[in-house]
Amino acid sequence: MYGSGILAGLGVTLKHFIDSYVDDLKFLGQRYYNPASLNQRQGTRGKGVFTVQFPEEKLPTPERFRFIPFLLYDEKPDGTHDDRCTSCGICAKVCPPQCIWIKRSNDPVTGRPVPQPAAFYIDIDICMNCGYCAEYCPFDAIKMDHDYELASFDRTSAHIFDKQKLDKPVAYYASLRPTDYAAEELVRAEEEAKKAAKKADAASKAAAPVAV
Amino acid sequence: MIDELSNPDIPVPDELKASVTITTLDKIYNWSRRSSIWPMVFGLACCAIEMICTAASRFDISRFGMEVFRATPRQSDLMIVSGTVTKKMVPQIVRLYNQMPEPRYVIAMGACASGGGPFKEGYNVVAGIDKYVPVDVYVPGCPPTPQALLHGLIKLQEKIDSQSLRDVRWYKSETNEPVPVPVLGPDLMDPRQYQLIKQRALQAAAQAEA
Amino acid sequence: MSATAPTVAAVPANLAEHFPAGVVADTRKGYEGYVVGAAQLLQVAGAIRDKLGYNYLSSVTGVDYPESNQIEVVYHAFKTSGGPGLNFKVQADRNDPVVPSLVGLYPGAEFQEREIFDMYGVRFDGHPDLRRILMWDGFAGYPLRKDWKEPFFEEDLKPFASRWPGGDVRRSEESDPFGANVQYPPEFDPYEWTPETETAIYKLIQPKAGNGNGGHLKTDKLIVNIGPQHPSTHGVFRMVVVLDGETVVDLKPVMGYLHRNHEKIGERNTFLQNMPYTDRLDYLASMSNNHAYALSVERLMGVKVPERAEYLRVLMVELTRICSHMWAIGFLLNDLGAFQTPALYAIKERELILDFFEATAGSRMMCNYMRFGGVSRDLPAALRDENTMDFLRDLVNNRLSYAIDELDRFLTHSEILRSRCIGVGVLPAEKAIAYSAAGPLLRASGVDYDLRRADPYSIYDRFDFNVCTRPNGDVYDRYLVRIDEMRESVRICQQVVAGMPTGGEILAGKPQYNVRVPAGESYGRVENPKGELGFYVVSTGKTNPWRYHVRAPSFVNLTLLGEVCKGHKIADVVVILGSIDIVLGEVDR
Ligand code: SF4
Ligand code: SF4
Ligand code: SF4
Repeated sequence: MYGSGILAGLGVTLKHFIDSYVDDLKFLGQRYYNPASLNQRQGTRGKGVFTVQFPEEKLPTPERFRFIPFLLYDEKPDGTHDDRCTSCGICAKVCPPQCIWIKRSNDPVTGRPVPQPAAFYIDIDICMNCGYCAEYCPFDAIKMDHDYELASFDRTSAHIFDKQKLDKPVAYYASLRPTDYAAEELVRAEEEAKKAAKKADAASKAAAPVAV
Repeated sequence: MIDELSNPDIPVPDELKASVTITTLDKIYNWSRRSSIWPMVFGLACCAIEMICTAASRFDISRFGMEVFRATPRQSDLMIVSGTVTKKMVPQIVRLYNQMPEPRYVIAMGACASGGGPFKEGYNVVAGIDKYVPVDVYVPGCPPTPQALLHGLIKLQEKIDSQSLRDVRWYKSETNEPVPVPVLGPDLMDPRQYQLIKQRALQAAAQAEA
Repeated sequence: MSATAPTVAAVPANLAEHFPAGVVADTRKGYEGYVVGAAQLLQVAGAIRDKLGYNYLSSVTGVDYPESNQIEVVYHAFKTSGGPGLNFKVQADRNDPVVPSLVGLYPGAEFQEREIFDMYGVRFDGHPDLRRILMWDGFAGYPLRKDWKEPFFEEDLKPFASRWPGGDVRRSEESDPFGANVQYPPEFDPYEWTPETETAIYKLIQPKAGNGNGGHLKTDKLIVNIGPQHPSTHGVFRMVVVLDGETVVDLKPVMGYLHRNHEKIGERNTFLQNMPYTDRLDYLASMSNNHAYALSVERLMGVKVPERAEYLRVLMVELTRICSHMWAIGFLLNDLGAFQTPALYAIKERELILDFFEATAGSRMMCNYMRFGGVSRDLPAALRDENTMDFLRDLVNNRLSYAIDELDRFLTHSEILRSRCIGVGVLPAEKAIAYSAAGPLLRASGVDYDLRRADPYSIYDRFDFNVCTRPNGDVYDRYLVRIDEMRESVRICQQVVAGMPTGGEILAGKPQYNVRVPAGESYGRVENPKGELGFYVVSTGKTNPWRYHVRAPSFVNLTLLGEVCKGHKIADVVVILGSIDIVLGEVDR
């Protein structure tokens, strides 16, 4: 029959329409602003209304989500910051659009370079969020952030992030990416142990050469 | 919504509260404007895909009264510059901007529209649309996720809220000059720069001779 | 050479014997194919097409070799019956490069030759319409020549020295005398300039408009510009149409409004740095772009991709195909006037796949997932509150097939869709091949050509899937081919999920940022959702490519837009364009 194709198609829309009410009923008023229902609605079995009620509820960012990098520092017991970055320059070299600027600092006495950046800039109007800097930094000193709510009224003053703006504590990173953080800490601990073992080995060799 | 609009400075007797609200002209003016911003259908590059996703069912821009995408600049309030602005395209963008009626707003969505983005060094890329038209909100990211764009739109609403009928430019008596449309020459030419271009070109020629 | 990479392998040894005067084998290290003398080109190309059966000219591109003062035009021809291709080159004098045009033999070369003219200044003798294509007429210089410098030029190769160790932050604008990304020839006077951007195209198309149509009504023909800012051009694309009433008499596409200089930037980048840029070519299918680029570089490097990484790649690429086809169908329906609803349903399914990409690769669209010799990350343990594998199984086994069936029920038999699509924009098979059409566009014309089958790469030879073709070559068949292909992709995904080895390496060797690639040339191609995506890479043995060319399916597919649209109504033009499914990021690059 002519028109049956259209009718069948309209059946599909009707089903979607009804689904949204069925779904509402199923959740008994708990449909919105509730993390458990959000996950269900957004998953493969979700039916009915698909909308995330931003900004009241937000789609959770997955751990690996990448947005504008930041720099990590360890907090020393006395409250001062210990930058992880050694200003080795690898991130600046690998960055595809070349939007990282690093100034190496020099020891005020000897004039020799020290492993600390004097300045660190990222132009976020160029950064393509590729994540290479985080991927190839050998010291886990730069990581990709999750904070995407960065809209601003003025870019000339606000969109070149300097070190102060980029610096964030390691604890923040650990909360963003717990899995990655744990894995990295594990590797670090292993390396430390290896180093310590080597040291002990060398020390024992030095102390008791006859025993070997 | 009523709470949002009501003016706490003027007390309303309790018995009238159900039926009377007092607000200021500014408040209701801004509230109406910001709840019905009509963007222009205007996609440039990858960011436009995220803009479409923002308009689609998951992020649903109509919750902000912005789902009425207009295909003509004459009916739109907002231009979302969503993607890389190239030299070949910028005359058209400026023309579209000039055709939009006041009050008009511009959002630079993504790194490209804000400041050139990853393609900034390219020979056909304009390093930021704000070189040609005034931008109200910059949304960083490459691409900004739909939620980041929504955040930018909320920022724009904040900006609208902060405006006052008394000093907005579109009720001033002096007319608004249109932005001069750039011309495609041997490279992109901004009519505002003609004098400078000529001068620099002569200098370069003199240098080449010397 | 990796066993699984697509190869442009041994060519019939007799080509040089056939044409002793004009053909020599290319003996440079790492190069293959033949160098043909310009004078013999037409004859040789004719023999290659008619005698050897290479009927499909996939890619034409230029390479600049200032040291030998030559510009080389490189052709890659294939057989639609499958198998490896043939690569031949013509060398032209850099100071006055002239090469005979192959448009007469392979009409699909038309836009690609125009691009070479635009970028290198090579003049093609006998080309019907040699104008700039990506830049505008009147632009100064040929940007892809190695000695041409853009206004924001910093250094020949990345990384730039100014970034580290003495990195004083500075915006490029600050170093340019005009404060913008522009430069002008010496003694240029802007007051004297008359823009010539539009003259050439109107000169070309005006005579076709003429006066009156000679028919029973004395009407004028009309020239209409659709785009570059038009809701149905899928981005910033423009068509100059000559109309007789509502009927299209002629149509010329105008592009370049999103020309972002991928290739110039790509030749400055290191090999690895190009990977995230490929995401931004066909931004609806970033995974496929990654794959094609990785393949062409891996072919030069000769690395073997670990088993699990191959499975992950295929999974990602097939999911991308579903995303892209969903999008294409949704927006085809938008163009047909079924405003929004089908597109919204399609985008919804796409969002689920994007969630998976985001959880695995870190970004919804710009995945930057593949590396040379593998992929960057393994699957995460969990996606939101679910185990990733569970999510994935549910997605490919239940959700997606259901969604595709639903889309099918929703649209395929709709009488409106059928009457708007059947018989519209018919493209016969021979024409499709001659014009180098690719992807669903080609297969809807009944040509059984899918690179996953015709020239298998990666591990596609292990999976059971059909190459979907339809016989009629109209808009409706293109729509059906996309639906069929989504089903096949789901099938492949199911096989991947079932057969994926657990654990194991995902990257051959250590992660390296300074990849050195042995000297040579390589053409790697994959079947991306829009068609054959190829990367032509030339390496000099350093960390940066000497030439980085993208054979973009959307770009080449547009060559026949004008042909297909002629004689149709103006409203159908939009539908035909929608059915070709272009992405401007890839057309203009
Ligand atoms: S962030 Fe990492 S890669 Fe970059 S300079 Fe610091 S230590 Fe080196
Ligand atoms: S994310 Fe990519 S583009 Fe951004 S700073 Fe890091 S390396 Fe550079
Ligand atoms: S900011 Fe990034 S995603 Fe947006 S248009 Fe530019 S390159 Fe594309």
